[in-house]
Parts: sequence; C-alpha cells; structure tokens
Amino acid sequence: MNDFLQTLVNAIALGSLYALTALGYTLVYGVLRFINFAHSDVFTLGAWVSFTIAGWIGWAGTGSPIFAMPVILFLAMAICAALGIAIETFAYRPLRRAPRLNVLITAIGVSLLLQNVGQLKWAFGTQPQRMAELVEDRSLFTIYDVHIRLVDVVVVILAALLVVALERLVYGTRIGRAMRAVSFDERVASLMGIDVNRVISITFGIGSALAAAGGLLFALKYGSIKQTADATWVLLGLKAFVAAVVGGIGNVRGAVAGALLISFVEVFGAAYLSPHMKDLYVFVILIGVLLFKPSGLFGKAVTEKV
Amino acid sequence: MTEGSDARTRKLAERIAEIKPNPAVALGRSAWPFLAAIVIAFLLQVVIAPMLGGFYAKTLLDIGIAIVLASSLNIVNGFAGQFSIGHAGFMMVGGYAAACVTYYGSIKLLMPQGELTEAIGVSVLGGFLGSGDLLFLASCIVGGVFAAAAGIVVGLPSLRLRGDYLAIVTLGFGEIVRVLVQQTSDVIEPVKAVDAGVGEMVTHLGGPLGFTGTPTYVSPTPWATNASGDQTGHAGIFFAYSIVGILLVLVYRLKMSSQGRALLAVRENEVAAEAMGVDTASSKVSAFVLAAFFAGVGGALFAHSLGVTLNPNELGFQKSIDLVIMVVLGGMGSITGVVFAAAFLTVLPELFREAAQFITHLVGYHGQVNTDAYRMPVYALLLILVMILRPQGLFGIKELWDLGFWRRYVIPVWRKAAGGWLIPKHEARLPAAIARELSTERTGGEPAKSDDSPKPGASGDQP
Amino acid sequence: MNLSGWNKHRALVGSAFLLGVLCLGGCDKLGGKKDKGDGSGSSGVASGSENIPPSTGPIKIGHYASLTGEEATFGISTDNGVKLAMEERNAAGGVKNRQIELKTLDDGSKAAEAGNVVARLVNEDKVVALIGEVASSASIAGGKVAQDRGVPMISPSSTNKLVTKGRDMVSRVCFLDEFQGYVVAKFATDNKMKKVAILYDQAAAYSKGLAETFQTEIESLGGKITTKQAYKKGDPDVSAQLQTIKTSGADAVFLPGYYTDVGNIIRQARKLGIKVPFLGGDGWDSSALAKIGGDAIEGSYYSNHYSFGESRPEVQEFVKKYKAKYGEVPDGLAALGYDAARVLFDAMERAPSLRGRDLATAIAATKDFAGVTGKITLDANRDAVKKAVVVQMKGGKPVYVTSVVPKGWPEEKPEGAGSGSAAGSAGGAGSGSAAASASAAGSAK
Repeated sequence: MNDFLQTLVNAIALGSLYALTALGYTLVYGVLRFINFAHSDVFTLGAWVSFTIAGWIGWAGTGSPIFAMPVILFLAMAICAALGIAIETFAYRPLRRAPRLNVLITAIGVSLLLQNVGQLKWAFGTQPQRMAELVEDRSLFTIYDVHIRLVDVVVVILAALLVVALERLVYGTRIGRAMRAVSFDERVASLMGIDVNRVISITFGIGSALAAAGGLLFALKYGSIKQTADATWVLLGLKAFVAAVVGGIGNVRGAVAGALLISFVEVFGAAYLSPHMKDLYVFVILIGVLLFKPSGLFGKAVTEKV
Repeated sequence: MTEGSDARTRKLAERIAEIKPNPAVALGRSAWPFLAAIVIAFLLQVVIAPMLGGFYAKTLLDIGIAIVLASSLNIVNGFAGQFSIGHAGFMMVGGYAAACVTYYGSIKLLMPQGELTEAIGVSVLGGFLGSGDLLFLASCIVGGVFAAAAGIVVGLPSLRLRGDYLAIVTLGFGEIVRVLVQQTSDVIEPVKAVDAGVGEMVTHLGGPLGFTGTPTYVSPTPWATNASGDQTGHAGIFFAYSIVGILLVLVYRLKMSSQGRALLAVRENEVAAEAMGVDTASSKVSAFVLAAFFAGVGGALFAHSLGVTLNPNELGFQKSIDLVIMVVLGGMGSITGVVFAAAFLTVLPELFREAAQFITHLVGYHGQVNTDAYRMPVYALLLILVMILRPQGLFGIKELWDLGFWRRYVIPVWRKAAGGWLIPKHEARLPAAIARELSTERTGGEPAKSDDSPKPGASGDQP
Repeated sequence: MNLSGWNKHRALVGSAFLLGVLCLGGCDKLGGKKDKGDGSGSSGVASGSENIPPSTGPIKIGHYASLTGEEATFGISTDNGVKLAMEERNAAGGVKNRQIELKTLDDGSKAAEAGNVVARLVNEDKVVALIGEVASSASIAGGKVAQDRGVPMISPSSTNKLVTKGRDMVSRVCFLDEFQGYVVAKFATDNKMKKVAILYDQAAAYSKGLAETFQTEIESLGGKITTKQAYKKGDPDVSAQLQTIKTSGADAVFLPGYYTDVGNIIRQARKLGIKVPFLGGDGWDSSALAKIGGDAIEGSYYSNHYSFGESRPEVQEFVKKYKAKYGEVPDGLAALGYDAARVLFDAMERAPSLRGRDLATAIAATKDFAGVTGKITLDANRDAVKKAVVVQMKGGKPVYVTSVVPKGWPEEKPEGAGSGSAAGSAGGAGSGSAAASASAAGSAK
C-alpha cells in the first residue's frame, strides 16, 4: 500500500510540473498555431536562473528565510517572461506570415541556441549543480510509512494556484478574451481593435513565466540541475509537449489533464513495469493519440479549409 | 555525293542520334553517369587523396559521408516537404545492421576457425574488392534495406500527421531506436559468435559501450601503415564517393522525373496535388522509404569509418539536427545546394579551430582553447538567421546551373571556351523521337543534323 | 578536335572505363591487411611509413581527455597529473636526454569525439604514444584507432576489460572492473552487508559492467542481491527505482555510477527514507561529489585507486607536489594520470627505439613500477594488477578505510593514517590481516 501511495505522490508532483510547462505550449499554440520548441529551454533556464540568483543573494545552501522562495520565484518568472517576449519579437515575429515549416526550424534554432549558450563557461557551465534549499527539506507527515515532503506539497499547491490563476485570466479578464479572440481568428481580432502583437507578446510572456515556475519547482524537488544542453531537459520538455498534445493542444484544461495522464503513465509504468523504458511509455502514448485521436482528448477536431 | 548515299548517311545519322550519350541527357537516362561516378571516385582515391595527406583525406571522407546523409534527408524534407527530424534513427538502424553483417559475417563466413579469438575486433579482410570488400558492400545494402523497413514504419504516420506533429513523431522514433539499442548486451566474442543465431546477434549490439568490433573498411587512404609495416588503411574514399556519385545521379533523376514532380507538388500544396491526381499517400511513404534507404547506406559507411564506434548515445537528436541544418542551409530540394552545405558544415569546426588558434597565437595566449563549445551556438544562430533572412536556403529549390549568376556569367564564358560542350540544347532534354519530329517540322521535311555540339553562334536555343 | 560530339563523349567515358579496369587489375596497392585466402594478393606496399618517429628533438606524446562536458573533472584531474609528471621528468633531463612535449586534446566527454581526436593526434601531430582516457567507452573508441595505427596507448583509469582485450598496443595502469566488483563485494560481506540492492546506470557501459561483476562476486562470497534496478544517466527522477529498493530490505545499496548522478540519487534516497549505506566505485571520485551530495553522502563508501591519506612516502610526496602546483588535494584520477605518464617515460627509457611495436612491448613489460597508486605490474593482457582502497565520505572528503588485495595475493596489514609502517605496498608480509582489516573497517563504519 505504501508503495502505491508513494508512487501516487510522485506522480501528482511530477504531473504538476508537466502541467505548468504544458500550459506554455498550449497557450502559444493557441494564438500562433505553432509549437514553440524553445519552450523547454525556458524551463531549463528558469531552474538555472533561480539557482544563480539564489547564489548571488546569498541564499545558496540551507537556511534561507521563508520569503526566499516567493522572491526567487517572482524574479525567475519575470526574467524568463522577458526572455520569452524577446524571443518572440526577434525570432518569431519576422516569420509571422511565413510557412509553418520555417517557423518550426527557427524554433529549433532558438532552442539549440539557448541550450548551447547556457553551457558555455561564462554562462552556466557544464557541471551539474545543487539547487539551493529554498524550501526546507523536511517531511510534513507520514502515512503508511510514506513521507509526504514539504517540497512536494509546495510544488502541487503552487502549481494548482498558478493554473487557477491562468484559468481566471484566460476566461475572466479582458486580456484573456483578447487572447481567445486572437486564437480564433487573428485578422478579425485585429479588425476588432485588438493589438495582436501586444497580445501575442503577453501570451509568450505568460507561457514563459509558467515554464520558469515549473523549472524552479523542478529544481527544488529534485535538487540537482544538470547542464543546459543535457538530454534530460529536452526529454522533460518533450514529455510536457506530449502532455499538451494528448490533452488537446490549444485547450487549457486539456493541458492539465494531459499532464497528469502522462505523469501517471510514466511514474506508475516505471514503478510497476520497467523503469528502463519509461521514456518509451510516453512516446507510445503520443503516437497512439496522434494516430487515433489527433485532436487530443479534449480538443475539437478541426477540419482543414482548402 | 549521290542522292542515295545522302539518304543513307541521313538514316545512319538518325540512328546514331538516338543512341548518342549527350552528357546532359545521359545524366537523365543512361548508365554512363554511374560509371563516371565510380571512375571519379577512383581518381579521388588514387590521385587526390595522397596529395591531401592523412588529415585532409579524412576530412574529404567525412564530407562524402555527410553528403550521403544530407542528400537522403533532402528527399524527404526537401522534395516531399515532410518535416523529419529523426533521421539519425534511420542512420542508426542501417549502421547497426551493416556492422552486424560485417562483424558476424566475417566471423562466420570469412575467417578461418583457427583464427577466432576472444578479442572483440575484426580486421579488414582481403584486398581491394576482395571478399571483405564484397561483404562490406553487401552490408551497406543490408543496412539500407533495414533502414528502408524502418522508413515504412515512420512513413505511415505521416499520412495522418502534418508539420509539427510529424516532426515530433519522427523525433520520437529516433529516441525509441536509441533506447532500444542501449538495452542490448555486449558484442559477442568471435570464438562464440560462430554459433550465434540471428536473434542473439540482434540482442548483442554492444549497448551503451557501442558496437566495438567493426572492421574499418572506410579509411581515408590505403597507404597508412602502422609501426609493424602492416597496411592498416583501406580504400574508403573510393567507396564513399562511388556511393555519393550514384546517389546524386539517382536523386537528380528522381527530381526530374514525374515521381519527383509529384513529390514537389505534395510539398507545395498537398490538397491541390491530391486534387490533380497525385497519390499523396504513396508519394509520401515512398519518399520516406527512399530517404531511409540512403540514410541506412550512409549509416553503414559511417559505422565502418576510421575512428568511429557506433554508439547510441551519440546518434540521437543532435545528429539529426546537424543533418537538418545542412539541408535547410543548402536549400530544401536543391541537390547541389545540399552538397555544398554538407561540405561547408563538415569543415566548419576545423575552420573554427584554425581561426581560434590563429587568433590566440596572435594575442599571445598559449593555453587550450576549445572551440567545439561554440560550434553549436554558431550553428543555431546560422539556422535562425537563414530562416529569417533567406528562408529558401542557399540555392532554394534550384540547382547550381539554374542560378542567375551561373547563367549570366559562367555559361557564356564556357560557350566561348569549350564551344558549348555539355550545355544541353533545349531539344536535347526531350526524348529523341520528339526532338526529331520537332526539328523536322521546323525545317520543313529536313531532318535535323545529328551532330549535337552546337557551333558557336549557331541557332541553338538558350538552355 | 576532329571528333564530333558524340564520339568525343564516348571516347572519354570509354577510355576512363578502360583505365579503371586496368587499374583494378593491378590493384595490389589498394589491398588491405592480412589476406584471408581469397586469392587477391596483398603485398602491402609500405609507401611512406607514417609512424617512424624522429630520433632527435622533443618527444611528442598525446593526451586525450574530457576537459569539458559532463565529466570535466575527470579529464582535468588526469591532465594535471600527466602535466606534473612531465614537468618533473623534463626537469630531470627528459627521456634519453630529449625533452617531452605534451599535446592535450579535449573530447568533450563524448566517445565519438574520442576516436576523432585520437586520429588527429596520430595523423597530424604524429605523437609517439598516447595517454587516455578515463571513461571506458572513450578509451575503447580511441584504442581502436591507436591499435589500427600502431601507436601505443596507456589508459590511466578505464576499468572495462574490453579496453585492452585483443589490442596489444593498448595498456592500462589501473585495475579492472572485474577486480573492482570483487573489492566492493568483499568489503560489503566483510562488514556485514550481505543483502545488497544494485542501482546502475543503463546508459554507461562502465556502470553496467561493474554492476554485473559485483553481482557475480558477492553471490560467490555468500551474499545476495535483493533487487537490481537501472536508471538513465541524467534522469533526475529515480523515485520508482528507489522505492523498489527500499521495500526490498537491503542492508546496503551498490551504486556504480558517475559522480554527476550519484550525489543527487543518494539525496533522493535519504529523502525517501532509505537509511542504509551506499557503496560505489571509482566513478564517484571527484571533488564535485560532496558539493552535490552534501550531507546525504556522509558515511557512504566507494572503491578507489588510491587515497591521499595513505601513509606511503610516494603518496605523501605526490600530494605535496600536486598541492603546491595546483592548490588542491589530488583525487584518484590525478594520481593515475601521474602514474600513467611515469610508466610511459620509464618504458621509453627501456625501449630499444620509440617505434610503436618496440615501445608497446616495453610498456607491457612494466614490472613492479613504484607508482603513487601502488606497485604497477602489467599482466599478459596489459592490465595492472594492484590493490584497491576503500574510502568513506567523512566531512565531505574521502577518507581511507582499508585496502583490498587481488585474489590470491597474501593479505596485508591495513594502514591506518599515521601508522607510518612501510609495509603498505603490495606484497607486504601478511600479518594478522583479516582480523585487523575487519576491525578497522568496523570502527570506521
């Protein structure tokens, strides 16, 4: 029983991380109809930026004050939001009218750039580092010999808060309505007086901020951060992308559902089947969904107009 | 001349006209270009490689392999417009299949029983075009076939998926192959390998250590000797460039054929192509299969190269992206463009290193400068800039001889110098029968002269 | 030209073809190595033997290592050791009165790059000998080229047996994973850790191999493997595997991975409530281990090639010199790099010439060489047979616990720090060994 409980806790925590990143993919796809390959690198940079800032301020290691975590979270989100907006302005906006393939290749280029610049000596370097302990590393309580750690609780609660905030934003505010309008039809939205460029920038900013939050939480939960060009980040980003696709890309609730589904499959598969192949499980789900229900679990089938 | 012999001469001229091997036409139709490719490869190996010396010969070899791989990707990304970023997966499948064939094949078929030891390593056997080489060439084909089978597997999802999703699926395929290969066990020692069955061979591909025993058939020069005087090289450039030449001719023919035009139509607008009667499904799958086949052959060449041990960790996403950059930079769909881009990007790291050394010596710094860390950021930046500033790549979809500057400057000069040799006249691109009819029509009953070399200033059309 | 168009083309291609056929016939020059009886003679025209080294001027040696990338500390440490040895030797007059010149190339912790880099060192820089690498997959790739080109290579720290198997140009100055597995297994069973779980890195050949030999050895010593789990290098989430290990009821966990992952994994294990000690191999040896692992690592053990705490005079000398030059205490890799270079220089002195075959034979004949990492004697497979040490992480540093000698050697007195006995080197008279080592280990646990 405790086995199952532990696995469950892991799955939910991991799922929250995936959800935050998947939301970024889904938001960007909604407004721009393209998959931002560079998104997972913003996730990575979120982790590294948090680590670096914590080091500068002097909160590295243990014993940081209670407000350290929100401060770093805010800073990391802000910096990565700015980064996201910069990427959009310089790399994607010139290609707004170009064929999809070109933007895709550019996104891959941006992703490679971020990864490989990040591991240069004067940037973050290639050595793995240990994340500062912004959240005290203790267990809150124990059920059936399973430790429920403070970090996991923080991760889940924070992720939930952000998702709810996003939902309120997209469905309850003017800017959210503008985002949805742009995702429906960009030209008509601009005819209605919506500043499309500004909305797209804001969307990118929000998506990147969420990814940064995910990155920070990831670093807090797992403790060690590897170099930016490491394959693990790519794989993480890929799984978050799969989550977004599985849930129905463009759909906010779908992204969260997809993220939980993917993380459950991965974690339970690793625990009860074979941990060697846990990456494969995710890809198999991806291929299955794409072949049988390409619009995802919650998405609507879109007929292509000729 | 009498009337009768005139007519006979004309008839003879007509017959000869039908079989003359005009190079430009031959490129499209006859077997000469393949022979020419093999001869050129031979000359490269025997004449050029010794002039270049060990290191540059190796670079030449690397360029050849890169051209094979990039051209194969060009078929699916460039001609068919399907975005595949898992190409290294095909390369891996082909490479491992080929390595199995040469390694286990050498042990089972070629090496005498008494020579089998516990040491995992098979040396290059036989002389030039001896039994070892034939085994190697067979392994290239086997690698291609296995990769082509994988191409079918990846090609089928492409029927339902577009753009971004297809890219992810191809990426996933590359990763799946990598993970599966990593799970395999160590390569079987020669002593035990004689009795190994096919199933055992397939599950003993070396795992994360890599396939360690492959003989080095693709070595830049045959004149390398080790300290004991044994010849340790092999005619790698010859093999690689023969395959390059054959591949380029085939790809050119594909592009100029109706099948190729169908692919290009699918690339432009799939729905319109379908409406015009192109079987998009089979076109796309066949593009994948063909591309995978050649990627498998390229993988086989790569697996047997000097200094290479096939390792699943290193043939992942990174390698796929390297190939994608070559195709994008060169121009998706341009054969010559991709050739140039592949060559350029293969020597670029060396150029970096030389430049860095030059600069550091200038500044007086004598330490170790590792420019490899800057290679990828520069590639990435290049990719982004190319996409924003010149999205069609270097040549777009045109070939070198279709480019504006070539037609305006090079061709007139060549005409004056060589009298128009190798420049096809318009009619030469058409089948001979139609060409004849057209020329008959134009001159009112007189069949055209059989001589194809237009004299300077003759009434030839602009090619 | 008198020939009309089509004639020209025909003539050209035809003559080229003819030329080709003629050349194919006389193609002995392009023949490969030993002919295996298929009829085409290969007389091996040795035109321009590339590897006859010059007999005056500085001696060039090459070192390929991972100076950047994931396992950067491995390469940098080794390089430091090699450089220290080279400078010492040059100051003492060099080899046969010729100075030694070292060229180090970086392979970025990638095995594929290792092959290329070695090819460059051999072809372009024309080195007479190579030192490298630490990671076994890189050594295998580089060794393939070295063997092909007949350039002797000494690996300082690669422990996988395939590195030297069947390659008479390649040798090493460290022990094999076969032995290392035995070392940890013996240490475990001697210290009442009989039920062990294994967690290995499926993406690293070193880890996979070491896990396998450990399993064989501990089972033959009467121990039991409770579960064998795998993780993928770099993957941060090993909770599933750790959970299985926790419920399997093991007394210890064997984690033969690289330092880049080990610290993180042990921390996670502690968080999950796994309290038993962890055991490891020489892949743990890095100054970065304590940084990443922190408190979680305290009390865990790993096998290593040497420990800076050993009281042997060679060790203390080396530590002093290294600290003076580089400002930090040398780890096992630096010591092995130092030893590898010195073995090479010693062989160069003994060899009749610096040609590949002669030098390789001289290296393989190394016997009882007094290295920092113990007395080095190369066996028939050119592997070093020497003892290993087991260290324990205490206060963020690896502290010497005990030594384990190869099977069939007499047991020896373990050295405590400060006991100062000269009987530390291998082959010392065994006296009261088993009990002494058990108690020493017991107190250190």
